[in-house]
Amino acid sequence: MSTPVIGVLALQGDVREHLVALAEADALARPVRRAEELAEVDALVIPGGESTTMSKLALLFGVMDPLRERVAAGMPVYGTCAGMIMLADKILDGRDDQETVGGIDMTVRRNAFGRQNESFESGIAFAGLDDAPVHGVFIRAPWVEAVGAGVEVLAELPAADGPDSRIVAVRQGNLLATSFHPELTGDHRVHAYFVRMVEESLGE
Amino acid sequence: MSTSPITADQPQIGTARVKRGMAEQLKGGVIMDVVNAEQAKIAEDAGAVAVMALERVPADIRKDGGVARMSDPNMIEEIIAAVSIPVMAKSRIGHFVEAQVLQSLGVDYIDESEVLTPADEVNHSDKWAFTTPFVCGATNLGEALRRIAEGAAMIRSKGEAGTGNVVEAVRHLRQIKNEIGHLRALDHNELYAAAKELRAPYELVKEVAELGKLPVVLFSAGGVATPADAALMRQLGAEGVFVGSGIFKSGDPAKRAAAIVKATTFFDDPKIIADASRNLGEAMVGINCDTLPETERYANRGW
Repeated sequence: MSTPVIGVLALQGDVREHLVALAEADALARPVRRAEELAEVDALVIPGGESTTMSKLALLFGVMDPLRERVAAGMPVYGTCAGMIMLADKILDGRDDQETVGGIDMTVRRNAFGRQNESFESGIAFAGLDDAPVHGVFIRAPWVEAVGAGVEVLAELPAADGPDSRIVAVRQGNLLATSFHPELTGDHRVHAYFVRMVEESLGE
Repeated sequence: MSTSPITADQPQIGTARVKRGMAEQLKGGVIMDVVNAEQAKIAEDAGAVAVMALERVPADIRKDGGVARMSDPNMIEEIIAAVSIPVMAKSRIGHFVEAQVLQSLGVDYIDESEVLTPADEVNHSDKWAFTTPFVCGATNLGEALRRIAEGAAMIRSKGEAGTGNVVEAVRHLRQIKNEIGHLRALDHNELYAAAKELRAPYELVKEVAELGKLPVVLFSAGGVATPADAALMRQLGAEGVFVGSGIFKSGDPAKRAAAIVKATTFFDDPKIIADASRNLGEAMVGINCDTLPETERYANRGW
């Protein structure tokens, strides 16, 4: 099988780190800013960044609709932080006019863990990556407030203020989302997990 | 960078990774100076990745003269309440109590800025002592590395704020990039002498020589007034731009702000920059930097 080509949505955010992480996970990675470029990739990563900016630019430059079509047609997409917000069917604490790509049947609360002073890093158990905890870097991070029946929860963090835990990684079909940023660590196992998802979808 | 082992039950706040990582999320974006909640909303609507809350934009600080200080906490809180994007605010160089106040207000980044009147002409603030990350200005690589050694988690080339003239921003960014290129070419034996010449810690000099870039995000600031200016700084290697007076001192701030955002993302596409540059109304008037007396150059502040 040929090496999958995975785009990184490069409208704004930590694009470079994802390109590096994907290359380390043996994928061909390239930035995507235009609809034509989107048409040439097998899968996409939506990076961390400012979700309001990303959403606005995606609409302005005609990427939003083609992206929704590709998601509906089964293209694998992985979203981190702002990318998780972009993949959510429903968001809380967003701007009133903020649009998402959607695709994962979940409600995501933006900046749920707080402002930058509350940003943190923590080890976190990730279903399917059982050899060691994943190193999670959470920056003004969202969490998943509710998921539909078809969504598999991959990681949860214990809440600081009570018995409930917070969902921070999910998968639904070919879509993967994390509240945190594996691309900011040297640990590329989550990217490798996504590359395997892409390979499986191409093999179908 | 902190590399202590991470366990599931001990989340850590304020680490170097979390501070520097925040700046990584701003890349490819525009950070806009705003003086009230209304301007902050215009900036957010236009697609800014963050706003810088301050009482007067640099052009007005220049005009008014006097001592420029940290902004009123009420004004900063109003801006924090008005927008959902990150909010930055400025402290004076070396005024670590202003920085403590800004941290207590919950700003997302502190700019230890030469645009305000320095409070200490020898020492910058010890930025490791804070949970809130800092961005600092630099005119050359040595200055950038000294700030990083003090704990800065993001660097911006200084330029000359409040002039609407991009010439100094270009000079400082080129200087930093050239010096990084020079380090890359050196034999590892030569890095000790290079560190001495740069007046910067050897470990950081070695890291830059290996990475071919700063260990933190590098933005450009000071004089960006048009979409083409923003794209110029991006093509020269800035990972994003700060726009100060350039937006709200122009004829149609909302339109100009959105245009600068577009040109910053599509910095290498002249057609898009051309479209973004149409009918923006009047740009800020601007000052010729070669007629600016040395004493009025903000870039000379900080060392």
